[in-house]
Amino acid sequence: METVIPNELVWLIFLLPLLSFAVISLILRPFFSNKPRLSGYISISAIFGSFILSIWALTSILSAPSHELAIPDFNWLVIDSAITIHLGLIMDSLTAVMLIVVTLVSLMIQMYSQGYMQGDPSYHRYYAYMSLFTASMLGLVMVDNLLIMFVFWELVGLCSYLLIGFWFHRPAAANAAKKAFIVTRIGDFGFLAAILLLLSKTGTLDIAQLHSLAIAGTLAGTVLTLAAIGIFLGAVGKSAQFPLHVWLPDAMEGPTPVSALIHAATMVAAGVFLVARMFPLFEHSEVALLTVAIIGGLTAIFAATMGLVMTDIKRVLAYSTISQLGYMMLGLGVGGIAIGIFHLFNHAFFKALLFLGAGSVSHATGTFDMRQMGGLRKVMPWTYATFLIASLSIAGIWPLAGFWSKDEILLSSINNQPILFYLAMVTVFMTAFYMFRVVFLTFGGQYRGDNSGSHSARPHESPSVMIMPMVVLAVLAVGSGWLNVTGGFSQFLGGGETRGFFEGLFHGFTHTLPGLPIPLAWISLILAGLGILLAYAIYSARWLSAERITRLFAPLHMLFSRKYWFDELYEHIIARIVLLKGLFAGLKFFDSRGIDGAVNGIARTTVATGRVIRKAQTGQLQLYGMFIILGVVAIILAMYLSG
Amino acid sequence: MDFNYLTIIIFLPLAGAAIIALVPGLSSRLIRYVAAIFTLVPLAISLGLFAAFDRSAGAEVFQFQEKVSWIPAINANYHLGVDGLSLPLVVLMALLGFLAVLISWKINLRVREYFAWLLLLETSILGVFVSLDLLLFFIFWEIEIIPMYFLISIWGAGRKEYSAMKYVLYTLFGGALILAGILGLYFTTDPHSLSMVDIAQTDLAPLVTSIPLAAIFFLLLAGFAVKLPIIPLHTWLPDAHTDAPTAVSVILAGTLIKMGGYAIIRICVTIFPQATQDYAPLLLTLAAVNVVYGAAVTLKQTDIKRLIAYSSISHMGFVLLGIFALSKVSLVGAGLQMFSHGIITGLLFAVAGIVMHNTKERNIAKLGGLARQMPAIAVIFTIAGLGAMGVPSTSGFTAEVTIFLGAFSSNVVSGVPIFTIICLLGILLAAAYILWLLQRVFFGPALAKFNHVIDADRLEKIYCAIFIALIFLVGLYPMILTDVIKTGIAPIAALFGG
Repeated sequence: METVIPNELVWLIFLLPLLSFAVISLILRPFFSNKPRLSGYISISAIFGSFILSIWALTSILSAPSHELAIPDFNWLVIDSAITIHLGLIMDSLTAVMLIVVTLVSLMIQMYSQGYMQGDPSYHRYYAYMSLFTASMLGLVMVDNLLIMFVFWELVGLCSYLLIGFWFHRPAAANAAKKAFIVTRIGDFGFLAAILLLLSKTGTLDIAQLHSLAIAGTLAGTVLTLAAIGIFLGAVGKSAQFPLHVWLPDAMEGPTPVSALIHAATMVAAGVFLVARMFPLFEHSEVALLTVAIIGGLTAIFAATMGLVMTDIKRVLAYSTISQLGYMMLGLGVGGIAIGIFHLFNHAFFKALLFLGAGSVSHATGTFDMRQMGGLRKVMPWTYATFLIASLSIAGIWPLAGFWSKDEILLSSINNQPILFYLAMVTVFMTAFYMFRVVFLTFGGQYRGDNSGSHSARPHESPSVMIMPMVVLAVLAVGSGWLNVTGGFSQFLGGGETRGFFEGLFHGFTHTLPGLPIPLAWISLILAGLGILLAYAIYSARWLSAERITRLFAPLHMLFSRKYWFDELYEHIIARIVLLKGLFAGLKFFDSRGIDGAVNGIARTTVATGRVIRKAQTGQLQLYGMFIILGVVAIILAMYLSG
Repeated sequence: MDFNYLTIIIFLPLAGAAIIALVPGLSSRLIRYVAAIFTLVPLAISLGLFAAFDRSAGAEVFQFQEKVSWIPAINANYHLGVDGLSLPLVVLMALLGFLAVLISWKINLRVREYFAWLLLLETSILGVFVSLDLLLFFIFWEIEIIPMYFLISIWGAGRKEYSAMKYVLYTLFGGALILAGILGLYFTTDPHSLSMVDIAQTDLAPLVTSIPLAAIFFLLLAGFAVKLPIIPLHTWLPDAHTDAPTAVSVILAGTLIKMGGYAIIRICVTIFPQATQDYAPLLLTLAAVNVVYGAAVTLKQTDIKRLIAYSSISHMGFVLLGIFALSKVSLVGAGLQMFSHGIITGLLFAVAGIVMHNTKERNIAKLGGLARQMPAIAVIFTIAGLGAMGVPSTSGFTAEVTIFLGAFSSNVVSGVPIFTIICLLGILLAAAYILWLLQRVFFGPALAKFNHVIDADRLEKIYCAIFIALIFLVGLYPMILTDVIKTGIAPIAALFGG
């Protein structure tokens, strides 16, 4: 495609799914409720259109000078000269990468959903929400104004709420949806505060202008740091980083394709994207950048420990997602945009694939509990093969996608943050272990589920409409990392060096860094290998007994499986006891007894006083006459006494 | 002015009330249609005025003015007019007046009186928004008590007599303060004047006063604060809302309490800029208390209408923040929030009324799983809830974020960023109480006891759809309102250098 994409078509990238949402919810659902599949077709066609346009946008941006297209914008909120909020698009390399990720993964997952959601009574609603989510997510990555970005930021959160609670009749789903929204909104509080601060200090919320102000040094010092930390707080909520990570594991109550799209590949990565989008602000504040790196590095290992012990396959993947998002934050903090986003890019494909695999498995067995699985390798060969590829990829096995981005993060952290580097290395080991624990428990050994049931008497391979997208994602889980073997991906995002393909392929194994005995790639590969080996030893070959190890590390196991008691702390102690039963109940008591009590008290006093005084009004003339005489006597006395 | 549009708008409902009350032999059905027509026409005219309103930079501030000498002895005039601040509220009241008739369609008790009072209520509230003479303003302000008393005490529920009496006493108490304030203003001006426009253009500071200007300011403010309401003068509101019939709750939340916010801007802020600026920190403190305290108490409510009523108190805190941050943007935001809250909370009360009517249950703990039995209501309630918690694309977000942006950046009052940040907590708590409400009422397993419950009927869907369309219209295209509001705000903001 030689020609540059026209401006109208750029807008269409996010308008197509929005249109699909409107058509499904306003036309298809009310008038064609007996033809649910139509909504799937509409939604998939729309996202396919967006995908094609995104590729066109990518090629246009690739060939554009300084990798950027200028798109004219509209006024959204203008109040004279006091405030000007434009609705405009920023079409640069970062947007282009995100567009590809969002449209491609969304396309695959929506195709897969046709099988997974088949027969669901709310099939229309599902595709309406998926379209709305995709539109919002595309808007989020495209807009050029921080406030409008916040609009889409909240909208993806809303879609997440709606889709986690998709099966709202299940109390667990309704609870999880509410929890997700409220916890992420705590982060959004910081984001919005940062927006207010930036507008009051700079007078603009245009992202490009904010960039240049930060680069020029006009926006600096405490203001810059506070703004960056506020923005990062938003990212912490959305990307489920410590200490706001608690919502994501519960979010697994939603349909599995939703987990794959929203809670693995795209929305949760929006926090990482946000930091990348505002990176010049972070770059010019050492404190903010260090905060990003530390929170990221800590979250990576912290979440991985919990992933080690979960028995629900989706929960393992959820903790793995939190951990990998921590890696991305670490990558941003120590390396920059290109490194963090490269891991986001690769992770989107292999993690989406892992979730689709988990969905396929539960489609076959009717459960997410790995203790009820086993032996699925034989009956579900496609699912097994693709899941294995994704697992190898996330474990960071050369030459799969995960290897490349993970190594770049490790490489940059060793120079800048040695402590975080060692934590990240431990995480590499843990990641490989927990992933292959899943692989062996699910696919290895013998089937442990209930074979007598009539529904899914025998586990079976999923239909091809589900398998095909998984195969596509498997190809990407292998190959997406090769885009940066030559350094081309980093170059596109504005950083890094280039080298030849074959040189790049083995570069990590041939260059020893100062301070390390052998090349870094070998170390990470060995650690990952050891993790896989340990998982094999425990869960496949059974050289070691899982029970004995659990008993050996009982306190640790308790700590991990109870999730460090964060849910108890937040939900029970803070929300329920301190706030609802303590503070808020106290205020309510004050309101009804204190303020309203005083009001009613005044009324009662008035009535009571009236009742007492009324007794003087007896209607007896004699009494009144006596009062008059008494009064006259009193007056005369007073006059006499005063002389 | 060749045609008295404003007079027609405010007195058509009164004419309707007169017809309903006086013409004998009208069937209930006919009464409803008369009420609908006599509220629909003012709505149409008000929309026409909204379209015709001159938004250009050099246009007159007050448009569609009418001025007739009324009581020359005290220099009182029948003086009407709308500016960018009042026009949206007039449109809102005209709209809610019409929708209130539709919402009341199923009322069967003493239909004649009910609709007569309802229409009188509309006239009085419209009168407050368009009066530019203080005496006229005060008369409309006080008339509203009468229909409210009857509407709550006859067609209400629960402790309706208690609530109605509480409402009356509170409002009379506030009214007495306002009257004292108006008299204070009247005798301060020389020659004595009751014209809001003239007084606003007079510099009161050098005039000899019997009571200090700040005292007059606080008399008026306290009277208006009862209506907004500002904590601790708020406890009439939850009772009135809880026990009022649905349509009255809609009007009460939609426009009646906006009389307080409107009057604070129109009279307190505009006439007493110095006192306003001096005491802004105090008022901002009260704003933060309203927002956070209101939301905290909301979280503990168990009655569906009472919960919404308390959330209103919290949301009015945002209006107060927008007003007393005193920047142009924040004041525009306050105007926007008054309109937005009117349609969002109006819809919340309307739909809560349907839930209560159809399930015969108002205790949140006893409701549950209704999304299965009432799918349309669940969708409508969710949308209204999203508006109340300020989710983008709804008017609630646009209004609140405009207030926040304007307030935080205000350089009129020092320390305002801190108050703004405290108020931000309000949207966090709003998410908590709205989502909790939605979950308890609509989600979870469907309950067998509600199996007979019917969903919204066609009429209910229609009026809810009107609310929803407006919520999104203002949310997505806020300039449709801000372009008007800013023309009214500009001269006020100019008093503070904005």
